[in-house]
Order: sequence, then structure tokens, then C-alpha cells
Amino acid sequence: MRRNPVLTVLHRLAIGLYIAFALFPLYWLLKVSVTPNDLLYSEGVRLWPSRTSFEHYAFVIANSEFPRFFLNSFIVSGSTAVIVTIVAAVAGYALSRFAFRGKYWITALMLLTQMFPLVMLIAPMFKILSPLGLTNSLTGLIVVYTAFNVPFATFLMQSFFDGIPRDLEEAAMIDGATRFVAFRQIILPLTLPGIAATLGFVFTAAWSELLFALMLISGNAAATFPVGLLSFVSKFSVDFGQMMAAGILALIPAALFFLLIQRYLVQGLTAGAVKG
Amino acid sequence: MTAFVASRRRPFLQRLADASEPWLYTAPALILIVAVMLVPLVLGVSYAFRDIKLLNPFGGGFVGLKHFEALATDQAFRTALVNTLWWTGASVLIQFVFGLILALLLNQPFRGRAIAQALCFLPWAVPSFLTGLDWAWLFNPVIGPLPHWFVALGLMETPQSILSDPDLAMWGPIAANVWWGIPFFAITLLAALQAIPKDLYEAAAIDGAGPIERFRSITLPFLAPTIAITILLRTVWISNFADLIVVMTNGGPADRTQIVASYIFTTAFRRLDFGYASAIALVLLVLLLAYSMLIVLLRQSLLKRG
Amino acid sequence: MAAIDIKSARKAYGAVNVLHGVDLAIGDGEFVVLVGPSGCGKSTLLRMIAGLEEITSGEIAIGGRRVNDLQPKDRDIAMVFQSYALYPHMTVAENMSYSLKLRRTPKERIAAAITAAAGKLGLDQLTERRPKALSGGQRQRVAMGRAIVRSPKAFLFDEPLSNLDARLREQMRVEIKRLHKDLGATSIYVTHDQIEAMTLADRIVAMNGGVVQQVGSPLDLYDRPANLFVAGFIGSPAMNMIPATYRLANGTGVAEVAGGHRLPLAGSFPVPDGTAVVIGVRPEHVTVSPPGSGGLRTGVDLVEPTGFGSILHLAPFGQPIKAFSLDRSLGRDGAAVDVTFDPARLHVFAEADGRRMDPAG
Repeated sequence: MRRNPVLTVLHRLAIGLYIAFALFPLYWLLKVSVTPNDLLYSEGVRLWPSRTSFEHYAFVIANSEFPRFFLNSFIVSGSTAVIVTIVAAVAGYALSRFAFRGKYWITALMLLTQMFPLVMLIAPMFKILSPLGLTNSLTGLIVVYTAFNVPFATFLMQSFFDGIPRDLEEAAMIDGATRFVAFRQIILPLTLPGIAATLGFVFTAAWSELLFALMLISGNAAATFPVGLLSFVSKFSVDFGQMMAAGILALIPAALFFLLIQRYLVQGLTAGAVKG
Repeated sequence: MTAFVASRRRPFLQRLADASEPWLYTAPALILIVAVMLVPLVLGVSYAFRDIKLLNPFGGGFVGLKHFEALATDQAFRTALVNTLWWTGASVLIQFVFGLILALLLNQPFRGRAIAQALCFLPWAVPSFLTGLDWAWLFNPVIGPLPHWFVALGLMETPQSILSDPDLAMWGPIAANVWWGIPFFAITLLAALQAIPKDLYEAAAIDGAGPIERFRSITLPFLAPTIAITILLRTVWISNFADLIVVMTNGGPADRTQIVASYIFTTAFRRLDFGYASAIALVLLVLLLAYSMLIVLLRQSLLKRG
Repeated sequence: MAAIDIKSARKAYGAVNVLHGVDLAIGDGEFVVLVGPSGCGKSTLLRMIAGLEEITSGEIAIGGRRVNDLQPKDRDIAMVFQSYALYPHMTVAENMSYSLKLRRTPKERIAAAITAAAGKLGLDQLTERRPKALSGGQRQRVAMGRAIVRSPKAFLFDEPLSNLDARLREQMRVEIKRLHKDLGATSIYVTHDQIEAMTLADRIVAMNGGVVQQVGSPLDLYDRPANLFVAGFIGSPAMNMIPATYRLANGTGVAEVAGGHRLPLAGSFPVPDGTAVVIGVRPEHVTVSPPGSGGLRTGVDLVEPTGFGSILHLAPFGQPIKAFSLDRSLGRDGAAVDVTFDPARLHVFAEADGRRMDPAG
């Protein structure tokens, strides 16, 4: 079918407009981060400062605790993403492949967890984690993030598994595999895009989380970067340039990860359960 | 050999093993959810009936329904409830409309689609509080361009921040939320669009259906289940989502942007009254549950009809 | 190789019975085809034998050993799926060798088995390809290869040819038959295509509504269908079914059809005069002759030439019937023909329960 050229132009124009809308706020972050302090307010509304400098970046990397926050965030988000993906893959497989009595209740429970006002959980959680020595520790944060991300990740993985024909593991079971071996050798390799998508999704979520990090962590040793970013505010003066430089730096891994996996996110959801 | 061993295994054990297999697979997820979410939730619910203030070490006793009685006459809570409706309704609706448009645009093949799609979805990767800070800057007349653009467009007389205008303040966080949340809708709807069989459109085109008719009679019915579930999830998430408001306006000016979730946050961590905060949270949870039930029932009746 | 015994096997999902007590003894090396319309329970029965569906009650034994509680992997059977179920991330060789690897077969033996199977199926050049890079027919062969490398106790086929086009289906049908001749393996083959059933089977099991209707050799089912269902399902074009009333005249039975015409039957039947029956006659057994040869005069309503012969649509007593004729000259629209029926070729079924009736004596 040949398309109307006017429509084609309008289509590209609309896409271009949306990209501009999506990128402009990010561009503004970047602009502030390279504006020298003396120009921050005097040239505050200019689209690009008359003079740029990377002093904020240099300071953040060399003189602040930011590298440590960064590392902490990496450990927490990376571990959370890996653990959640494993747990969610196994649970999502069960929800996709078995017909069993408790399935309905498990789904209902997982949906219910999506409705909790999380603020309500902070105080009780602190009370439970503190005697276990899990407050003010990266491990505690990993445990909490893992639990919070498992429900949605499980739905995600379930929908990926729903897209893989059952025949394949039945064939494997007849070929001599147990169900678990069939899962590991046949189904899992075929779900790699789904696994990538889930990893990226969870990593991004954990990377951004502020509330629990703020409440469960005190002191810089175990602070993740969102908490560290706020420390630019609460100290003697608010240095927006440094803060935005730190923000841009922190954005890079999450954005990279997300750019790599968003394709699989669409692919995987196409196959499966969002529709049902 | 294996066959010999297996044949001697007692069927009862075999059956037990078969029945427990799905539970074995779901156990890690369930244990995590119960231990880290459900147990604190139950504890949190109990706080709603107790006097828990960090500043009062002798508190902790049961106070029955006292918090709920206070809540019934709490004017700030009522304002927050109305604000929550605004905040959630506007955010979800705008996100959905633009998410659907974006998904439809991205569903057309064109050169560079992969890159365009990646860029369009990028805001989803930005941490929420960074989003809040960023938009607060954009709305600031000294260091942000938006007020000046509004003046240029004749929408505003002098450049000022809408975040400090009681009548407009709520649109600040909503704008940030829309920017941040469109990708989620676009991703799920794009996935659903790509699952629609192409030959349906071809058949409809041959039957003489124009683009609008095709959208109405094929696209929408196919998307309906996805739309329902996505709107449900997003509504629940957004009404619980206080980050942007706390960062951008902190509920002000004069409580005009205070939603229930941010009110809970303020009560718990500024006033340190965890008992009262839990009572508010419980009310919110019940409201969200009721809402979800409604949507699920609605969806089921839709599916039955279709 | 092994015999398979099925004793009152039943399958129910909750309160819904999909298989009502099936009894079937399959001999060692026998090729049995389960045939029936979709939803008749044939696939369910096959999957119960494979171990992919639980057996609600009853018993299935392979090689004399009860397998009800055995996992599929312990039953030592191979299966060819309708979708082929090839592992997309493995090459042809890996697909075929997967079962052997799981059984820790030595590498040399695996390589030899693959070479042999690939040779037998004409896949020699393709062993390093992924399924995606194969044609439909080639994928089908790989699925077969995956089954034969193992020399299992039995082969199960679940509509293996239904995704192929007509020509390829015919060709693969022959190959499957030849493979069975070579290997002599016990095979159970599920299909809804009665031609596949007729051409492949040593014995056919015709099923409908979760109940076995008839078990027998292909010609048995063709010549002596046990009931109306089997009569209508086996044979193409389908058997003509003519409602009639049974009459006894001079010690022999006749079928009185619409308009009072009487068709003589092969003998007397053990039912009272006036019983409602259905007369079945295959199109190829309706004798059509040029007008004046004797018989019922009728006009040709429509002709479907098949090249080999013609299918004529007739209505000798008001009721439309089909006849198959090798005589092309008769196949003209509107032509008049004479129709006769050979009493020995008329099947008589009780209208009440659809059962076949045979003449007494």
C-alpha cells in the first residue's frame, strides 16, 4: 500500500515533536551541569550558557563521596536485578505452565502488593530489619528492593513464558528431560530477551529508589546515589551545578541499560499476558 | 535402570511431588513477599489502632478507632483526598492519551524507528526525584525557560513559577508525571498493537473500512483488555506516588498540592506520628482495593460480552 | 519395541469427561491410527500414553509395565508433534541428539546415530542448520529424525502432517509407512484425516465424543462400519445415508425409501417389519448406467469431474445422493441415467441407535 505523503510528513513531524518533548528536560539537566556557578542565575534562562565548564563533574568525581554512592548503587541495583530475575523467572514459569489450586490466590496477592501505600511499610519494616542488623546495610536494601520488585517482574516473566509454545518442553520431557531440565535447557535460553528486559526494568527501578534508601540508610557508608544526591541539598549550601552533574552521571548507567532492553520489553509483552 | 527405580516408587509420593511442584517454583517469591511486604503491612495496619509517636516513648498503647475518628473531621485529609483524585485522574488520563498516540505513531514502520523508540522511552529511566528536581527547575522563572515561553505565548502576564500559584501548582507535578509516565503506557500499548494480526486490517480494508473505522472496530477492541489492566495498575501506582510532589512542592502552596500519599509521608516523617499515618494509609489502601475490584469486575463483564 | 495395553482409561477435567473408558491392546510393532473429528479425545489419549496428561482412572502399560505414575522421560517413547516442536536455538544435529545426550550416550554412538538418521531422512546436508532456516517438509523430517535416533519402545505421532501442503503430505505419508516397514516399531498415530488413517494403519481406532466407535483393519472399517458415525467418517466422498423403513417381503428384507420405492436387501434382518432404518451406500457402489439399462431413472443434477472419474449428484427418489462413475460419458448436467443398487453393498443401520445390522443367517 502506498501511503499519503502528507500523512508521512505529519507522522515524522509528530515523532520529532515527541522526541523533543522527551529529551528537552534531559537537555536542561545537561545544560545546568556544564554552566559555571557564576553564570547559573545570570544566564539561567538561556538555552546554552556563554561559557561552559566541566568543573562540576571534576569536583563530583574527585572531591565528593559520589564515587562511593555510585558503587553502592551498582551493588544494590545489580544484585537486586539478578536475584529478582531469577526468583521471578521461576515463579513466572509456574504461573504460566501449571494449573494449580493456589494460582488464583498467588496472582491476587501479587496484585494486592501493588496497592500498598509504601510509606505505611517503612516504620514496621525498620522495626523488623533493625534487630536483624539489616538497617544501614546494603544487604537489607537488596532484600527490600527484591521483595518489592518480584511481583511485577513475575507478571512480566509470566507473559514472556506464555509466548513460548508448551510443545517445546513437552518434547524435551519426552526426549528424557525432567521438567526442571526442560526449563533450564530449552525454555530459559528462549526467554533470554525477556530476561534481559526484566533485568533492565528492575535495575532501573532499584537504581532510582529514594524513599527506602533514605529511611533505612543513615550515614554515607551505605548510601546509594539518590540519597547522596540529596546530600548536596542538605549540606551548608545547595550546589545545583554539582548536583546536576552528579545526576547526569547517575543517569548514564540506567539510561544505557534501559536503551538496550526497551526493545525486548515490547517484544516480550507482545507475546504474552498483558492482554489476558 | 532409572525405569526400574521409578517403577518401585510409591505413587503417593509421586503424586505429592507432582502437586508440590508449582509451590516449589513459587516459594522463593512468596516467601519474600510475605516476609518483606505482608508482615510489615499487618504490623502497619495494627499501628493504625495504636498510639505510635516517635517523640512519645511511652506511647504504643491501643487507642481503638481514635485515629479514624480524627480522620473523619480532618480538613487537611479531605483536601488531600480531592487533590488525589485530581492528581491521579489528570495524570493517568493524559499519560494514557499521549501513550496511545505515541504507540500508534511508533507502530508504523519507518527508517530509524529503533532509535526513535529508544529516545521516546528514555524518560522512564530517569529516577523520579531527579525528574521532580528537573521539572521544578524548568518551571522556575530564574533558571528555567518554561515561564518565559508561557509569557511569549500569551498564557502568562509576567514570568513566574506555576508551582507557587495555588490555582495552578498541581499542574507542575502532573506535567512532570506525564513526561515520566508516558513511556510505560506507550510500551505496553505498543506491545499490544504489535500482537494484532495484520490480516485483520487487510480484511477490513478490503471490506471498505477507512482508517478511523479500522481503529474503532479492530484496534480498540483488541487493546481494550491491555488498556484496562494498564490503567488499573497505573492508577494505583500514581495515587501512591508521592515522590514528585514531595520534591517539587512539598504539598504547598497552602496544601493545594497535598495528596493523600504525600500527606501520609508528611505525617509520618515530619510530624513523626506513625499511628495516624498508618490510619490514613489504611483508608487509602481500602479505597484502592475497592477501585481495583470495580475495574476487574468491569473488565470481566466486558470480556464476557466480547 | 513393546506392546501397549490400555485398560478402561478415562480422562476428566473436573466434572467434564473427555474420554470415557478406553480399552485397547496394541501389539508389538503394530501401526495403530487414532482417527476422529477434533475434540473426539484422540489427542488426549495419545498424550496420556506419552505421560503429558494424567490418567484420571484406568491403566496404561507399555511393554507389560504399568506407566500411570511414570514421568514422560521414563516411559521410553518418542513423539512427533503437529508443530514439530523443534528447539529453535539448536541445530538439526543438536535437536536430534538432545535425547541421546540426556541419556549420556557416548559421543561416537551419538554421531553414528545422527549420521544414520540424517541419511535415512535425506538431511545430510542440513545438520548444522537451525530450524528457522528449514522448509516445512525439512522440519517435519527433523522431527521424525529426533524420534528415530532413540530406537524407543514406541512412536507417537500427533497429527504430524497437518501443517504440510497436500503434495508434501502425500510424500511424507509414504515415508512414514516405509520407515515403519524398516523399523517395525510400535506406532500410534493421531489424525483427523481418514485417508491418512486408511493408508497408514494396520488397525484403525475410530473415535467420537470420547468413546471408541470401532477398532479394526482399514478395510474392515470401510467394508463393515460398526455404526453411522464410522460409516460417515471413513471414505471419500462420504457414504450416502438414506432414511428408510424396513419391510419383510417373501422372507427377505427390503428398504422402503421415500416415494414408496423398495430397495432389496441382502437378507432378512432381526428387526420387526416397519422399523426405521438408515441405508448407507458408498458413492462408488451406486451403479449408474445409460438410460434404458434398467433401474431407477433420474436426472444428473451436478457433475464434479475428478479426472479419474466423476462424482454425479443425483436424486433417484427425491433424496439427493452422490454416485461415483468411471464412465465420463454419463457425466453431463441434465443427462438422464439409470441407477441400481447391489443389495450386498447396502449397509443397514438402526435409526434408533445408529448401530450396524447384519442379515440373519
